[in-house]
Amino acid sequence: MTEFFQNLGMSYEWAWGVATVCGILLIALPLMLAVAMIIYADRKIWAAMALRRGPNVVGPFGLLQSFADGLKVFLQETIIPSSANRGLFLIAPIITFTVALMAWAVIPFNSGAVLADINVGLLYILAVSSLGVYGVILSGWSSNSKYPFFSAMRASAQMISYEVSIGFILIGVVLFADSFNLNEIVRVQQGHGLGIVNAFGFNLLLFPLAVLFFISSLAETARTPFDLTEAESELVAGYQTEYSSMSFALFWLGEYANVLLMCTLNAVLFWGGWLPPIDWAPLYAVPGIIWLFAKILFFFFAFSWVKATVPRYRYDQLMRLGWKVFLPISLIWVFLVSGYLMLTRYS
Amino acid sequence: MSNIAHLVRTFTLWEFVQAHWLTLKYFFKPKATINYPFEKNPLSPRFRGEHALRRYPNGEERCIACKLCEAVCPAQAITIEAEPRDDGSRRTTRYDIDMTKCIYCGFCQEACPVDAIVEGPNFEFATETREELLYDKAKLLANGDKWERAIAANLAADAPYR
Repeated sequence: MTEFFQNLGMSYEWAWGVATVCGILLIALPLMLAVAMIIYADRKIWAAMALRRGPNVVGPFGLLQSFADGLKVFLQETIIPSSANRGLFLIAPIITFTVALMAWAVIPFNSGAVLADINVGLLYILAVSSLGVYGVILSGWSSNSKYPFFSAMRASAQMISYEVSIGFILIGVVLFADSFNLNEIVRVQQGHGLGIVNAFGFNLLLFPLAVLFFISSLAETARTPFDLTEAESELVAGYQTEYSSMSFALFWLGEYANVLLMCTLNAVLFWGGWLPPIDWAPLYAVPGIIWLFAKILFFFFAFSWVKATVPRYRYDQLMRLGWKVFLPISLIWVFLVSGYLMLTRYS
Repeated sequence: MSNIAHLVRTFTLWEFVQAHWLTLKYFFKPKATINYPFEKNPLSPRFRGEHALRRYPNGEERCIACKLCEAVCPAQAITIEAEPRDDGSRRTTRYDIDMTKCIYCGFCQEACPVDAIVEGPNFEFATETREELLYDKAKLLANGDKWERAIAANLAADAPYR
């Protein structure tokens, strides 16, 4: 895109700047639209599994429900509790929202279609998603209210715990792909399974990691079996209890943008990203972005599916699962994967 | 042996797989809920909804201001004031029901000797302000005129059992 703006007569620096801003808008605006639709889809899927109808009045099939909710929230008054720490209280949702958008910079939407094609993309994602904890803990702490505070403590402990095992899970992928660059990781998956299937997930050694990563991403985004942060029977509504209006909407959008990001990471890291599922020439006629979207939608369906199915864990069970099950298993798998690669690739 | 079976079930997340298969089947089942504002469930003739004051077919209001409903009302939601009318018949000058107090027990329509106050089939009378729920005589008579056909049918359907 930089060349396009250079051809319009800009200097290289200006063209690069304008191109980057355009790229950011090209990702962020459709992402916001996608988040709105995904909230609707989440409610619909959940409703269908509970034999309910879900939103069906606003617009055709209720498609505009999220926009109506957004408008409602936008028109409400922003209430700041008098004992809250004003600055931190207002900046916390902004942090959550911004961080949820930042990670999308390194997601490859098609072969080479990345905003920032950096060679440590995966590390960047880990770093940025760790920053998300700040939004949570700051919102809970600055509310100066006990239940949001409890919830923020829970949420941050949970996110940090599962990030540890996510880190080890990703090492398995990185060892196989021999790269931290997400585009490269996708490219390596071409024909990975017997030269037919384009996905790490079909590798018997990596499939357990894919399952672990899926479950960890549920925990990382605080979705249902692990949604202790908003255990409404004990914590009112979680760390955003004191929030209203747009500051609440920012948490809401950030949460679902994170869910989408985790679905995308599942698709990119284990299930071939923008590659078609089978390494067969006619399938490459379909643009890669469509394959990626199909995979993201599948994983989002799985997220909602889990939400509609399983009950909530107890907090000690959650911590037990994170530290006593996922961490040892992922550590053992790092050992297994590196041992396998030592024997086959590097001996 | 059972330990191994347990271990296999645990590590294959077998119970989770079963649960998800179940919810997937439910996903494609027809919905149990009705499409409410567009479809409605049938109501019993005895359904106790919004109140109405009825009239005789000639337009004369039924209520004779005996105040039995006011006396029986457990929530004390009804307020009646009465005076003889110019033609000498006893009629209410004021008949108020505070719908925010009403518990919809139906005692008022049980007590009424002339079937004047009844609880009709309407249950969709939510309002934006509280004041709109303080019904006066005019509102109750208007309800009676609006719902008379349904109320009469319900009373006729329930009459054999009374």
